[in-house]
Amino acid sequence: MTDQSNMMALPHLQHKPSKLRLARVLGFALLLWLAIVAVGGPDLIGQDPAKQSLLSTLERPSLAHPLGTDHLGRDMVARLLSGAQLSLSLAFLSVITAGLPGTIIGITAAWFGGWIDRILGAFADAVLALPGLLLVLMLAAMSPGSWWALYAGISLTLWVEYFRYTRQRARIVLAEPSVEASRLLGLGPWLLVRRHLIPEIGPGLLTIAAFGAATAVTSVAALGFVSVGIRPPTAEWGVMMTELLPYWREAPFLILQPVGCLVITVLALHLSVGGMRRP
Amino acid sequence: MSPPLKSMLGVLAARGLQAVIVALIVGIVSFAMMYALPGDAAYRIAAGRYGYDMMDAAAAEVVRLELGLDDPWLIQLWSWIGQLMQFDLGNSLVYGSPVVDEIATQLGFSLLLAGGAVAASLLIALPVGIVSGLNPGGLFDRTSMGLSVFLRAIPAFALGIVLVLVFAVQLKLFPVAGFRGFDNLVLPSFTLGIGLAAVSNRVVRDAVVDAMNADWRLFSRTKGLSSRLTLIRHVLRNAALPVVTYVGVQLAYLIEGVVIVETVFAWPGIGHALVHAIFGRDIAMVQGTALTLGLLYVALNLIIDLACRLIDPRGSVA
Repeated sequence: MTDQSNMMALPHLQHKPSKLRLARVLGFALLLWLAIVAVGGPDLIGQDPAKQSLLSTLERPSLAHPLGTDHLGRDMVARLLSGAQLSLSLAFLSVITAGLPGTIIGITAAWFGGWIDRILGAFADAVLALPGLLLVLMLAAMSPGSWWALYAGISLTLWVEYFRYTRQRARIVLAEPSVEASRLLGLGPWLLVRRHLIPEIGPGLLTIAAFGAATAVTSVAALGFVSVGIRPPTAEWGVMMTELLPYWREAPFLILQPVGCLVITVLALHLSVGGMRRP
Repeated sequence: MSPPLKSMLGVLAARGLQAVIVALIVGIVSFAMMYALPGDAAYRIAAGRYGYDMMDAAAAEVVRLELGLDDPWLIQLWSWIGQLMQFDLGNSLVYGSPVVDEIATQLGFSLLLAGGAVAASLLIALPVGIVSGLNPGGLFDRTSMGLSVFLRAIPAFALGIVLVLVFAVQLKLFPVAGFRGFDNLVLPSFTLGIGLAAVSNRVVRDAVVDAMNADWRLFSRTKGLSSRLTLIRHVLRNAALPVVTYVGVQLAYLIEGVVIVETVFAWPGIGHALVHAIFGRDIAMVQGTALTLGLLYVALNLIIDLACRLIDPRGSVA
């Protein structure tokens, strides 16, 4: 049985050019590091991200504050860590919330076909009628500053991609003679999905998940930056950029830190699935 | 009816349906916003109409009766959507002026920025993509690949901040924000354009590689056309279709980018107005601007559909 699943996974491995290996390893290493950092959060260094110290504002990096302090004397490392915690946990949760139903609905649509397929497809098209961020923006406007609105909005826009991909691939896979044969043998739907479908669509779903997580992290920061997402004083990367922008002349190294964190996170997510998604 | 006309009508019908769905979603969400935001909507609207000083409980009661704010919500939603379908967007709750007037001036600025962004992206993506595609696997190809991956990971607003700090504040080449002349167009256009080009230059490259390997390309060389003429007459023209199709795929990125980048650069367009309206709880403006952005998205998609049909009349591309 393991032999069979290996054979199914093999073609994917063979297709991959070896050049991308290094990028993926680098991406995974970065992701692992980010995950550890996000799980630990500000507790890792034992500093409070909200603790102000108005006598030591906009300080250069020192032993006490390795990345300096912001305009209110708050420790930058603690704030960046707390921002990482917020962004990455939201990205992780929304990818799960979007991915599982999206995939299941996609398989359902492909399995049953007919009017169920048409209704689900129409629903997905309706969600895609607006650019995703616009929908998130309007939902965020309904309850300003709320974490839940962001989470719901991002998940709502992300699930469509899983649905479309799964539906399209599943339709092809389920029509294959091998599936037909398994079905004639009397294998149940769950076994068919697990044996034939999951190995086929798994790598693609992983790619969608990585890019979806990157979209989520970017959206959170973008909305925070234009003051309609997470609100200050919460340490969030986009909010920090808005807060630190007026102080670029006194402390240019401060504003570049949240920008750098955001870029590294998105880059790590893109690299971990090979860097470039083919259109 | 001839087949091309029929397929053209099909495209129009599909995009028309999308426009209706956009209007419904925007309308329903805006309506829900009125309920979800704290405070009495009647007081809020009365304050918007008469000013905070001239407003009292009686004025709010008049508004309540006039707009039927006591009716069951289903009836209210019905009349709300009904007004929307007649393009009656109401007055801005903050400025008091009709939303349509505000949007009419902002739309021009947003279109200008969107056009500038697409122009900037093509300015970068076409040369880079063509040179990479003519020598796939070469040094230039690999360098542009690496740069694309990196640039793609930079969100538009973060790139905007960096560009402002470098080109406007340090080098003083361009103005920082606002709109006084066409100097102001450069930085926001390239902020969006670089993000678009990071992906589309790879599409151009792939299209050129495909076209260079095609049989008809070999044939045109065999029949005696110079390699330059083959490139211009055949390769680039055939490579254009995937590129135009891909501009269509990027439209969502473009509209989203317009919203955020306009705010970074204080660009007086619709996206900036939308963010501002959300911040000021101006529901009428939120609805109007979101609707306009949504419809702009549909209209641009329609243009791309028709352009694809024009380039490749076989209609093989859906």
